[in-house]
Amino acid sequence: MTHKWAMVIDLDRCTGCEACVVACHAENNIGTAGADQAARGRAKHWIRVERYWEGEYPNAKLRFQPVLCQQCDDAPCEPVCPTYASYHTPEGLNAQVYNRCIGTRFCANACPYTVRFLNFYNPEWDKPLNLQLNPDVSVRSVGIMEKCTFCVQRIRSAEIQAESEKRELKDGEFNPACVQTCPPKAMVFGDLNDPNSEVSRLARSGRSTKLLGELGTRPNVNYLQQESGKNNG
Amino acid sequence: MAKTAEQIRADLLRPLVRTSPAYWFAVAVAGSMVLAGVFAFSYQVYHGLGVWGLNWPVFWAFDITNFVFWIGISHAGTLISAILRLANASWRRPVTRCAEAITVFALSIGAIIPICHLGRPWLFFWLVPYPSERHIWPNFRSPLLWDFVAILTYLSGSSLFLLLPMIPDAGAARDLVKGWRKHLYSLMSLGWEGTPKQWHRLESAMHIMAIAIIPVAVSVHTIVSWDFAMTPVPGWHSTIFGPYFVVGAIFSGVAGLILAMALLRKFLHLEDYLEPIHFDHLGKLLLTFSLLWVYFTFAEHITAWYGNDVAEMNVLWATIRGPFAPLFWAMVFCNFIIPFPLLAIKRLRTITGTCIASCTIVIGMWLERFLIIVPTLETKFLPYSWGSYSPTWVEITLTVAGFGMMALLYLVFSKLVPMISMWELEAGVRKAPIYRRQAVHFEPQAATAKAGLAGAEPFATDVSR
Repeated sequence: MTHKWAMVIDLDRCTGCEACVVACHAENNIGTAGADQAARGRAKHWIRVERYWEGEYPNAKLRFQPVLCQQCDDAPCEPVCPTYASYHTPEGLNAQVYNRCIGTRFCANACPYTVRFLNFYNPEWDKPLNLQLNPDVSVRSVGIMEKCTFCVQRIRSAEIQAESEKRELKDGEFNPACVQTCPPKAMVFGDLNDPNSEVSRLARSGRSTKLLGELGTRPNVNYLQQESGKNNG
Repeated sequence: MAKTAEQIRADLLRPLVRTSPAYWFAVAVAGSMVLAGVFAFSYQVYHGLGVWGLNWPVFWAFDITNFVFWIGISHAGTLISAILRLANASWRRPVTRCAEAITVFALSIGAIIPICHLGRPWLFFWLVPYPSERHIWPNFRSPLLWDFVAILTYLSGSSLFLLLPMIPDAGAARDLVKGWRKHLYSLMSLGWEGTPKQWHRLESAMHIMAIAIIPVAVSVHTIVSWDFAMTPVPGWHSTIFGPYFVVGAIFSGVAGLILAMALLRKFLHLEDYLEPIHFDHLGKLLLTFSLLWVYFTFAEHITAWYGNDVAEMNVLWATIRGPFAPLFWAMVFCNFIIPFPLLAIKRLRTITGTCIASCTIVIGMWLERFLIIVPTLETKFLPYSWGSYSPTWVEITLTVAGFGMMALLYLVFSKLVPMISMWELEAGVRKAPIYRRQAVHFEPQAATAKAGLAGAEPFATDVSR
């Protein structure tokens, strides 16, 4: 059975702790830009927690929204890449093939979610982070684009493991780093082609929406809208 | 034109053999601008694209502004020359060659910029569809690939269009000079002897090229606009972009042509050839395109305003009354409010008047491209991802180098080729339109004409081979 990987993020549960951001950096060998470069807009966060204030002080309410690559079915970043570096895999992932990327940055401009990042310099890590690189993930050099992969290295290793044991993948058997880390369990990852998976069940919920769904990009990340605090917010 | 063929040759071939100190000074200035650009680019390649002012989310800025600007400048030359040739407008004769040269040089600069702007410039050839060990074709769905193909087509077409009418002039120059120049002109003249058969072939080739180059030129800037219009991004995703860009391109291109003509007129002493009437005619063309540009800009923005889409409105307000408002209104001043009276009032449509208008238009059209690219990228959909942009010295140096390269190429060209097509002028003197067969009758005399060039060898008279 082919898989259709998807994510559900429950905005009611998200506390904005940013553990997902840290986990993603550690898992995916994302370089740290440093304070000066970050202030110039050179920080790379494959997942970020957007903060929005609603209402006026003293009745202001803070809302959090984790945003990562939405792994769109109709991804605007894919057709614009002249070298097929931005590529749609048979499992519906938006892959970024680093070796093919020549750095036109067209994909980043076409992406409505602004979740693609350029390596402005060769990546660096503050000590001792340089000693904890993940051997399963390639380090990206200067001049190429990178973005969230749904932790494709974990997907692939779980699939290989299941295949070697001649069994189907179980729901929740593995998770991307952000989902695994999320303390309030606001994020759920799984296979939409399995109607009994938790991600399928939650995606069918009445609270489920897509980010900028009106653009027709058909994202595979679903957001469960915030219900709490609606009356007093 | 009261001049005889002999005087024409003397005047136009003089710059090829006489070089003034002012020329070397101009070459030094333009050359150092280019060298500064080479240094800036090397610095960028060594350190990475981070030395530019680009950031998340503004991934294109000065680079693509310059790219669209130079491709735009390239749209006056060949297009106007082709239209005027087909219309057989006889005032075109002194204008065509300097116009066609602008196209070839501006297009070359425009084609280099996207290579320099890549994150990994040394891999630009991956855009070329060639059988490689990677077994991957380039992605033909990408507007960047359409760009690559369109610009390459236009560059080869307009180079041909520049070189073809140079053949008879190269033949004349070949018989005048010695040394390495003789080899160059022999090559460029392709064995030109001025036989009726050769004239006929040249005439047919020019006619075919003039017709073929017009749709190519229109398609090139349409495709450049599709780099933006093919993305679902506010301020870019617009059906008007194709024609809007073509109009803007011809607008800035005519302004560039007027400036180049004024400089040539002054420094090569071509006052008798590039006359006020030429600036008057081109000024009228510029006026038409100024009005067209205002119309398109108005239509573009008022449609966004009435649509009232949240994302579109954010970009619109950022452009016309937000942080970019000073640049936006400067653009409107430069492209319409200053040039309109200068070009519309006959008394002001002089050489000085058209030159002032052209200067402001070149600045205004550069701003227009910047304002299409940067406000949109700074103000995309999710407010959390909004950003701001300011350039670094590297981008500014590369921008300056673009202008230096244009000047340098033009200076070198003016030393190698007569900047006005001699044989076409001579055809005009004889009231024999070049697209009629009679044109062949004047050639033997033209080829044997003696030029009264002091210090230069007289033309060889042995052309009856």
